[in-house]
Amino acid sequence: MAQTLLQVEDLHTQFFTSRGVVRAVDGVSLHIDAGETLGVVGESGCGKTITALSILRLVPDPGKIISGRILFRGEDVAKMDDEEVKDFRGNDVSMIFQDPMTSLNPVTKIGFQIEEAMTAHKRFSAQQAKTRVVELLKRVRVPAPERRVNDYPHQFSGGMRQRAMIAMGLANEPALLIADEPTTALDVTVQAQIIELMKSLNQELGTAMMLITHNMALVASLCQRVIVMYAGRVVEEGPVEQIFKSPQHPYTWSLLRSVPRVDEARKDRLVSIKGLPPDLSNPPPGCKFHPRCPFVIERCKVEEPPLGEVDVNQVARCWVLMRNVNEQDIAAAKSSAISVDAAQKLKTPVADVGGDASI
Amino acid sequence: MALPAVAIDQMADWEVAEKQIGLWTDAWQRFRRNRLAVLGAGLVIFLVLIAFLSPLLVHFGIIHDPLKQDVANIELGPGQAGFLLGSDQLGRDTLSRLMFGSRISLSVGILVQGIILPIGLAIGLAAGYAGGRIDNILMRFTDIWYAFPDLLFVLVVVSVFGPSLLTIFGAIAMVNWVGLARLVRGQVLSIKEKEFIEAARSSGSPPLKLIVKHLLPNSLGPIIVTLTFGIPQAIFLEAVLSFLGVGIQPPTATWGQMVFDGYEAVYANPTSVVFPAIAIGFTLLTFTFIGDGLRDALDPRMRR
Amino acid sequence: MAVIAGRPKRGALLPSRVASLTDSRAGSLAIFIVKRILWMLPVVFFVILITFTLMHLAPGSPWDKSGGRQLSQTVVNNLNIRYGLDKPVYEQFWLYLVNVVHFDFGLSYQYEGKTVTSLIASGWPYTATIGLLAFLLIVPVGIGLGVLAALRQNSRIDYITMGFATFAASFPNFVVGALMVVAFSVLTYKATGGNFFLPAAGFALDDHLVMPVITLALLPIAYTARLTRASTLDTIRQDFVRTAWAKGLSERLVVVRHILKNSLIPVVTTLGPTFAFLVTGSVIVETVFSIPGIGRAFVVAIESRDYPMILGTTVLFSVIIAVANLVVDVAYVFIDPRVRLT
Repeated sequence: MAQTLLQVEDLHTQFFTSRGVVRAVDGVSLHIDAGETLGVVGESGCGKTITALSILRLVPDPGKIISGRILFRGEDVAKMDDEEVKDFRGNDVSMIFQDPMTSLNPVTKIGFQIEEAMTAHKRFSAQQAKTRVVELLKRVRVPAPERRVNDYPHQFSGGMRQRAMIAMGLANEPALLIADEPTTALDVTVQAQIIELMKSLNQELGTAMMLITHNMALVASLCQRVIVMYAGRVVEEGPVEQIFKSPQHPYTWSLLRSVPRVDEARKDRLVSIKGLPPDLSNPPPGCKFHPRCPFVIERCKVEEPPLGEVDVNQVARCWVLMRNVNEQDIAAAKSSAISVDAAQKLKTPVADVGGDASI
Repeated sequence: MALPAVAIDQMADWEVAEKQIGLWTDAWQRFRRNRLAVLGAGLVIFLVLIAFLSPLLVHFGIIHDPLKQDVANIELGPGQAGFLLGSDQLGRDTLSRLMFGSRISLSVGILVQGIILPIGLAIGLAAGYAGGRIDNILMRFTDIWYAFPDLLFVLVVVSVFGPSLLTIFGAIAMVNWVGLARLVRGQVLSIKEKEFIEAARSSGSPPLKLIVKHLLPNSLGPIIVTLTFGIPQAIFLEAVLSFLGVGIQPPTATWGQMVFDGYEAVYANPTSVVFPAIAIGFTLLTFTFIGDGLRDALDPRMRR
Repeated sequence: MAVIAGRPKRGALLPSRVASLTDSRAGSLAIFIVKRILWMLPVVFFVILITFTLMHLAPGSPWDKSGGRQLSQTVVNNLNIRYGLDKPVYEQFWLYLVNVVHFDFGLSYQYEGKTVTSLIASGWPYTATIGLLAFLLIVPVGIGLGVLAALRQNSRIDYITMGFATFAASFPNFVVGALMVVAFSVLTYKATGGNFFLPAAGFALDDHLVMPVITLALLPIAYTARLTRASTLDTIRQDFVRTAWAKGLSERLVVVRHILKNSLIPVVTTLGPTFAFLVTGSVIVETVFSIPGIGRAFVVAIESRDYPMILGTTVLFSVIIAVANLVVDVAYVFIDPRVRLT
């Protein structure tokens, strides 16, 4: 019986800016079980990163967690005091970030940066930490680790830096590792290596992972379950295979259409979802996706749908649901969806959901 | 394929024009919103008015003649015997001397920039445009110049050539042009990287005209900011010179001199030091506020 | 013998000993220092040249006593020979250079028989003490205020310290000095009936040092505080600081090891100009507070047209500043591992 490691209940995180209150995370609930990998997908600005930061209580000014519970092994992280949070961070739950060049201290040796993750929590003595760093670097497949611990970040290549970051994240054997776009800043070839590494680490160590990405292909190769976020809310959730085979929310459907697939006919161009993500300080009424939805009905414009069960373990936030859309409408949506280069010629704003998959 | 010269000119004109309009109205609004900067601007206008009007005020008897000595009334505190701010060791009215002193300080501060501007522009332009060895030599030259401690240089020059207005202007300008030259050179270099320069070169038309045409609107902002910050620097140097006795000579009233005179008599009449000291300090502060305000207002990165 | 395609490795043509030097960072550092010193020499040379030329452009001869007795021609000739002024200019310059290398700056014009070097030496301890104390004040106070303001951005502390810094930066040394004297020597004397006041003139290793040191240090403190604050604010926003927090490090570790270690790097580069400022500032401060240091001697020399003294002190000051900048540049290499030495 898989135990639930992390349970986020109705999380609200908001930013109080001079332009108004931005509802970055607007009632998000999710759970991760021990050892499983959860994908969190959505466009830039949908709130996935802030959700992750909220879990670690790292929300930057002027943001604040307004309400909700973040239960890690039953304990509410949102209510922890400063000491407990420090214990919790980098220890029970670790996070690695998108750009390893800027995410590492440029004037400190890499070995030391990994060491301090360990000595800060007093789980290892300084001496033990030193030897462990080499082991960790070996495990993430950094060559010549004994020499490399004395290097500075600018002396590492992009892929190696990300490996070092992963090593840093795993230093204290956390139960959960949150990875925020771990491959976005890397070359395509390096991306594949990192994905491989993360897969094997997940298998070897049993670390649960929360993988934040806008890249559906990544989700397909690494995750067991996936949640789709839009405008600060979860709009669909379910097992990866099910979601990929029959996505129920039109947004999920559009996302999947923007991924080039080997098995699809070559003449299907990469499509993008028209329109821009909503302004989170002034979101549209009703369903937040309705201005861009190809299958919108009247009810969507007025009433926001709740998360409803659409299949075994799968939920979606939609009045229409893809299985209720007839073939003609789908065909019409496909043909009216603008391809990326056509959109550029027309200078219409399109939301590019990143068809840079590397399956 | 090389673009025809006319097209290049038009392209540059369009880019230039578009940037210009946006930048200035935007900057003006931002400046207006900065309360300190507006306060500074107001104070400067006030100072300039005083500088211009003070001879008139003397003429109409509203304030005392700053040169008139009154041996019977030396070293008075403020408010005594009709001297609003007191008198100095020769019985001259502090208030009117302060007002006349502003003429010296402001004219040195502002006019020196007029000397710095052509020098800095010329050298910066030459270095940036010519590149290569000339650039190297010119930059070495500026480095050497920069290495000379400014105060020492000014003092030496003034001691050698005598404390005339011309010498002082020249010496102060000499120590302050390096910053502007470096700025201009940087701007020229970044313009040189733009594509239409390449196009111009390949089609044979000389890029110098183009560079100059494009240089002005782009760098006018930073140049103005640099010159604005140069004003307090110049005022400061002039004040130090006067304080040390090698600036504009008496009986012309200068603030630095007044500080010196006041300091000599500090035990007997402490306020006589305070007034010119505060005048200097606040004038410098004022120009700093304006400079800060201009810099923030003209910062291209902050445009929405 | 196989022909290897492509350009030879940089330094492949150098003799092997020199080439192996660039392989180690220590070796590169040595070469870097040597290069910088070599670069410094022409700068100093030009400073000497310019100053020397200016001295010789001065109208009249140093023996024109205005308002006093005019010396007879024979006396003037003897003086000229004595001071080497009868030789052609370039020869004088060359002699001067040679002497400078031996720290011989010639004889002072205003004090019979005293060498410039001895005058400088006698003023040196006073200037050095005040300068050093000011420096020791600037670094912790300036940086400390800046860091404090940055970490508590937009709080009252921030506004107060930065307001003070802006304010202080606008008042020149002599103005600050004069005002301090008014406040703490004159007014307090009058207010406390002579019981409490700070001495305003002269040098002694007691509270005589308070006002001169503070006056000298005030502007650099203000400047350093503003720069430190700006740099620290910039650094706080960087991603790696977030990573440090995410690792669960304590606030102290994050601030010191991650934030400050990065944000203080630009501040170090300003220590060179700060030093230069202390040097030129000493001229003013010593005059205001009647401290018999080199700065004051310089002012006196200016007033009495003592050209060798003027020349000597200018050269000395410029060299000191150039060396200070060199030290800062070298130190920078140590604190920022990203700097490439080649």
